[in-house]
Amino acid sequence: MDGLIKAINLLFGENPELRQIIAVTLRMSLISTSISSLVGIPLGALIGSREFKGKHWVQRFTNTLMGVPPVVAGLAVFLMLSRSGPLGSLKLLYSVTAMVIAQVVLITPIMTGLTATIISIPAPRIRETAQGVGISTWRQMGLMIYECRSQLVSTVLVGFGRAIAEVGAVQIVGGNVQYKTRVMTTAIMMQTNMGKFHFAISLGIVLLVISFGINALVNYLESRGNA
Amino acid sequence: MRKYLIVCFTCLMLLGLIACTAKTPPAAEIENPVIRLSTTTSVNDSGLLPYLQPHFEADTGYKLEITSAGTGAAIEKARTGDADCLLVHAKSSEEDFIGEGFGEERLPFMFNYFVIVGPADDPAGIKDAATAAEAFAAIANSGSKFVSRGDDSGTHVKEKNIWKDAGFDPAEEDWYISVGAGMGQTLTVADEELAYTLSDKATFLAHDNSLSLLKEEAEDMKNTYSLIAITPERWEDTNHAGALAFIEWITSGKALDLIDKYGIEEYGEPLFFSMR
Repeated sequence: MDGLIKAINLLFGENPELRQIIAVTLRMSLISTSISSLVGIPLGALIGSREFKGKHWVQRFTNTLMGVPPVVAGLAVFLMLSRSGPLGSLKLLYSVTAMVIAQVVLITPIMTGLTATIISIPAPRIRETAQGVGISTWRQMGLMIYECRSQLVSTVLVGFGRAIAEVGAVQIVGGNVQYKTRVMTTAIMMQTNMGKFHFAISLGIVLLVISFGINALVNYLESRGNA
Repeated sequence: MRKYLIVCFTCLMLLGLIACTAKTPPAAEIENPVIRLSTTTSVNDSGLLPYLQPHFEADTGYKLEITSAGTGAAIEKARTGDADCLLVHAKSSEEDFIGEGFGEERLPFMFNYFVIVGPADDPAGIKDAATAAEAFAAIANSGSKFVSRGDDSGTHVKEKNIWKDAGFDPAEEDWYISVGAGMGQTLTVADEELAYTLSDKATFLAHDNSLSLLKEEAEDMKNTYSLIAITPERWEDTNHAGALAFIEWITSGKALDLIDKYGIEEYGEPLFFSMR
């Protein structure tokens, strides 16, 4: 209880480092979610909107990637960006860019998979109508995305939730460097390991509030989408 | 006749089995056989404790549960009542801990040296420095990168003291990378960033990297490990008797001999030196 009070004081008090950590976290999560959405949603729509040979296998592949453990994705990106790795000359390891790359690798398959599932529900109906009127397949895809917009927004929020809560991959490629790549989750891990529980609790509260906000937004959008 | 022999043989085997089980120390005599030892990563990850543990358990009948973390966190575990005995290496933090009434005394029992490691070409030229403080000053003046543990561990406390002796406060500098992590990850970052760092020798030798050992065995790089038994006054279920038994054993001649021998086989030199 004492820790909780200290944590709340810390949260509303003067602690530039706490705010700096929150800022890095939000920046990283927003950028990685945007990139993943820009790649994942069109890709998912492409898979979900039409029937083609081997679709089954493409979906299985995406589903497998959706379940990749974050530390494995982190390790893969680490080995790529390491000084001894193929992209080592870019000197990106232990930077926010490296963390964004790892998160894009993690989240894009999730966005693709979820979008494909969402789009495939109204797809046959829209396709039938559109073919009757003679609309091109590309415009059909656009129509489907428009039709499912509220569900797709919740997909983006799911991706964002995953990005902000992820710890394994960003610890490996970000290195938890103070003032640079330290984000909320890695800071919580570190502070817990150091026994500084009130700092960890403060960050935990912020994370909880953000994830509550996201959930509320998802629920609101879904209820509006169904109405 | 043959049947008779088989019965005899079986009986002998059974007797042997009973004799074997009887040989293990009677656990019933010890009230609480589990000792929770909270220790620093350097003595656990270097393999020293896993090497001593079976000897201790066979000699005394106690069971050791080891958790390892940076010294700051290791001491915090004792504060929250999650440990019976401490084996750590940061004098000032230990004295604070005893001052707060959690332990009776700190018993220094072994030491080794910190080392400064860095890129093989040594851009800051620290090889010629006489002391760690001089070496740190050379790093700061050349603007070479330095990776700090940044986790309140014994190594981090030592590092901060050396910076103070050198007359620098690098916390806000560009070249100073504070990772808030254990020694292993800190070495990984230093390796990737071609940076210098302060490490305990044992972890450095056990870690796989391309860094070079540039500075060791200066007088201001001594690293002393101490034992503290936690008093049962704060937390009733603290295994004080167990902690005292562990301290008695590890400061015995036999254990100190084992410590002095550890590492010779694998690294050609001992990693820790006993104090007697």
